[in-house]
Amino acid sequence: MKNTFIGSPVERREDLRFLRGRGQYVDDLAPEGLLYAVILRSSVAHGRIVSVDTKAALKIPGVHAVITANDMPGGPPIIPMRLQPLPEFKPFEQPVIASTKVRYVGEPLAVVLAKSVAIGEDALEAIEVEIESLPAVADWHVAAKNKNILFESQGTNRSLVFEARKGDADVIFASAPYVRREKMRTGRHYGLTLEPRGVMAEWDAARGRLTVSGAAKVPFFNRRILAKQINLPEDSIDMVENDVGGGYGARGEFYPEDFLIPFAARHVNRPVKWIEDRRENLMAMNHARETEAELEVACASDGTLLAIRGEIHTDMGAYMRTNGAVGARNVAQFLSGPYRVPHIKIDSSLWMTNKTPVGTYRGPGRFESSFYIERMLDMIAGDLGIDRVELRRRNLVTAAEQPYSIATIQPTNATDQYDSGDYRATLDRVLKEINWPEVSKLQGKLIGEKYHGLGVACFVEGGAAGPKETARLELNDDGTVSVFLGTSSVGQGVETVFAQIAADALEWPMERIRHVHHGSTSYVSDGYGAYHSRSTVMGGSAVLEATNHFQAAIREAGAKRLKCEAAAVKIDPDNVSGPDGQSFPLKELAGLTAEGAFLNKKHTYSYGAHAVHVTVDPKIGRIEIIDYVLVQDVGRAVNPLTLRGQMIGSLVQGLGGAVLEHLQYDEDGQFLTASLADYLLPTASDFPNLRCVILEDYPSPINPLSVKGAGEGGIVAAGGAIANAVANALQSFGVEPRQLPLTPTYIWELVQAGRQKQAAE
Amino acid sequence: MKLPQFEYACPTTLHDAVALLAARAGDAKALAGGQSLMPMMAFRIAQPALLVDLRKLPGLREIKVSGDGVRLGAMVRWRDIEDDARLASAHPLLKAAIAHVAHYQIRNRGTVGGSLAHADPAAELPGIALTCEAEIAVMGKGGARTIKATDFFLGALTTALEADEIITELRLPPWPQERAKSRRWGFQEFARRRGDFAMAGVAAFYDLDNSNKAMNTHIGVIGIGDRPHRLPAVEAMLNGRAIDDASIERVAAATSAAVEPQDDIHASAAYRRALVGTLVERALTSAAA
Ligand SMILES: Cc1cc2nc3c(=O)[nH]c(=O)nc-3n(C[C@H](O)[C@H](O)[C@H](O)COP(=O)(O)OP(=O)(O)OC[C@H]3O[C@@H](n4cnc5c(N)ncnc54)[C@H](O)[C@@H]3O)c2cc1C
Repeated sequence: MKNTFIGSPVERREDLRFLRGRGQYVDDLAPEGLLYAVILRSSVAHGRIVSVDTKAALKIPGVHAVITANDMPGGPPIIPMRLQPLPEFKPFEQPVIASTKVRYVGEPLAVVLAKSVAIGEDALEAIEVEIESLPAVADWHVAAKNKNILFESQGTNRSLVFEARKGDADVIFASAPYVRREKMRTGRHYGLTLEPRGVMAEWDAARGRLTVSGAAKVPFFNRRILAKQINLPEDSIDMVENDVGGGYGARGEFYPEDFLIPFAARHVNRPVKWIEDRRENLMAMNHARETEAELEVACASDGTLLAIRGEIHTDMGAYMRTNGAVGARNVAQFLSGPYRVPHIKIDSSLWMTNKTPVGTYRGPGRFESSFYIERMLDMIAGDLGIDRVELRRRNLVTAAEQPYSIATIQPTNATDQYDSGDYRATLDRVLKEINWPEVSKLQGKLIGEKYHGLGVACFVEGGAAGPKETARLELNDDGTVSVFLGTSSVGQGVETVFAQIAADALEWPMERIRHVHHGSTSYVSDGYGAYHSRSTVMGGSAVLEATNHFQAAIREAGAKRLKCEAAAVKIDPDNVSGPDGQSFPLKELAGLTAEGAFLNKKHTYSYGAHAVHVTVDPKIGRIEIIDYVLVQDVGRAVNPLTLRGQMIGSLVQGLGGAVLEHLQYDEDGQFLTASLADYLLPTASDFPNLRCVILEDYPSPINPLSVKGAGEGGIVAAGGAIANAVANALQSFGVEPRQLPLTPTYIWELVQAGRQKQAAE
Repeated sequence: MKLPQFEYACPTTLHDAVALLAARAGDAKALAGGQSLMPMMAFRIAQPALLVDLRKLPGLREIKVSGDGVRLGAMVRWRDIEDDARLASAHPLLKAAIAHVAHYQIRNRGTVGGSLAHADPAAELPGIALTCEAEIAVMGKGGARTIKATDFFLGALTTALEADEIITELRLPPWPQERAKSRRWGFQEFARRRGDFAMAGVAAFYDLDNSNKAMNTHIGVIGIGDRPHRLPAVEAMLNGRAIDDASIERVAAATSAAVEPQDDIHASAAYRRALVGTLVERALTSAAA
């Protein structure tokens, strides 16, 4: 039997349980004796803590304890960085609870443990906090003045400058025939998870064991941090992954609560649960994306890109969190996108401000940089009188140039190269899908109250390398097999995908893959997690490895029993047989288990193109999407159905960031968007007309499955594509959007400015 | 975001409900659909000691259509208005405006009385009540009274309602049926997502006289300032005039000049000023079409 589950649109195994209401999220857990944790968060953006008085709160019936920094002998532990843990960042890392200073609205000050969340919230109002306010550093411009400093001992608000370097940009600029200079920015948004975060901890005092539910993304790494902070051996802690309602890079990183709740459980020797509410989700989970760039692009007169140079500034918020540096690095490293740019010199500064700290959000740095480069390409095309599609085609990296090296990043000396692909093919395909020759006749036309416009943008999506992933297969009594993984699920459908991979490799029916267990630290010896579009590539390849070892183990066991060479043993779904027809039922080997691992230092790069047709109402600034096509070559699509979900989902998130979502603060660092009435998330009716096309023309050469990470392609180029379409629609006003989100006010202002300029001329 | 503690009562007569409210002298609140009150309590912006649920009160769920106009009981829900076929002719402006209120789930619960009492400056129904010169019937411990919409909305989330008073009915003056063709109307609003509170909205109607000139012009705006309001100066510009592109354009500009919007996180004041002008222009254009 030869299976073809890989490549088939197999329905998600997970769905049956979810649709029947049998999903189990961390909030569904309620062991006996449970206490509910509620967190008091700073309402002041920047200040010195004078006192936190919990006496009155403790008197409220139903309040069991209130924990503050004073309960932590030796002071609150610091959360170490996971990615780019440079010594320069050390002083800026976040303590698990504020003890001397608060640096953002939302920073934890105390944890109330109570009989119910409602009583806990009553108690919050009874805690008396005295904070001596300091002037707030509300954005990077203020930070750069270095007048008010978040970390006084550092003498500066800048934690680092990443440098992206390739060739010698200064020399090129000195003699370039054409240079365009622009200042642009992207708004602050975040990976809003429909299920907010949650942690439940249980302390078994007799056995000295801690069980932490609600783990996600990187449970093994987080266990390492927690073990150190709480002074327990790693193997005394179990991190348990439950069903997870969305990750997007933000969930599953180590946050203050990931220490506070286990600490509280041990402190009071009772199970303790904390479920983030939506307000907290908006102000406590990692923010992302807020950057400003001042860039120059040099071109030959035929539009050939020669060099990029400039500065990018990221508004980091108050602390360097676990993966906080990734966006600021990526925005510099991937500024050239899928384009051939021989000379690059970008300085990317990380500025500490009195806002919620940043971390990665799906397509970190790439969404921002794609907006910058794609906007500039359209402006350059206009200046040079070259068709913007042609300009892109000319500058896209060709298949012959692969593997293609991009800028090197300092101080980490990180190099990277794209693995394979014909980028022009996806551009050509997207134009064909949207019927470009026909719809392009509408460009800039006013029909009724609305102008029509088209936008196009190309992208690469990096994925999948880094720490080893491990998988283990175990034969069950009934002859089915269970798959155990260290990687985790954040709702992306990995149970289905891993079952497909295992069933194909074993040449067994899907039903024989009974369970796919993932994400908890007790399943395999080591693991890493779900981030950077890596689960399928790394975990999937590990499953493949494990199936090889599993089959070898069966052959070996079979050889012993059948008294023949292992190589001569045949395995079918039911029986193990030898060369002379002797055989025994496979299930007699129940308990047999084998592990496999996959390690890879190189990244995969899937790639593609977006094309969009919009209308813009110039008087009210409303954008409507008439048609949107996303084409992505993913090397190999294990499951086109779940992949399509990833593509459309990430595209909607990208459009949310491009048009609606914006985390706002005032100049005192007060957070203005603490509910979903203020932070506008796209809903099902906002972007109905989205299509996607999956290509598999260039398999990845660097993993046995030939797959490439593919969860971010929709988000990366959405800002650039839509902004280009708006510029194209409003060309008669000379509109060039230079910031996201494209709010009605901003579009209206651009149109007004255009009208005024025309009137003056 | 959990509710603070409160007591709950579910009286079966209006008299008892009023008595319950009166006994708490301002520390009790009526509960209708809960779609505004519950979020306020969850955010702990409102912390009433007692909630008086109106759901068992008789006679508040009816929509009456007669020669006297349209009467909406306080417990009539958005869904009821949407489903009532009579309103398409009995009050097309009402029906058009209510189509913009909130989302499916909220529309199944939100009520006429709740919307009026909550008095969100961007809410549609208060805008319609004001534009149409409706009256609001209420019952308190001193007995029943009616309050003109013009006197009812005092500011953002502030009304002329006393702490012990319950809204029983909204009374909209009759919409001309015999002269249906001479009554022109339009409703326009803009929200960034469907179902959100409007950034601004405009309700407009006028009657055509024998020479096809406008008379009896009413223009009301929502989402601008702290309460819904009419634009008397703009209305005056239209009365006695033919409604054509030129007059509409003039009126749109005058509207922008007449309103006093403010900056907020969703839009700048300048944008809102222009937006209202555009909405007036579009409401009048659709009315004239
Ligand atoms: C996401 C969302 C979007 C929304 N969008 C819109 C929108 O676009 N347009 C819009 O107009 N509204 C919108 N709303 C509000 C919604 O229409 C509410 O239902 C309405 O404003 C209040 O009605 P309710 O019956 O739910 O009142 P409740 O929430 O029960 O009560 C609101 C207030 O009115 C008082 N009250 C209620 N009934 C009476 C009465 N009979 N007499 C005296 N006082 C009374 C209560 O004490 C309370 O103070 C939205 C709400 C949500 C949650």
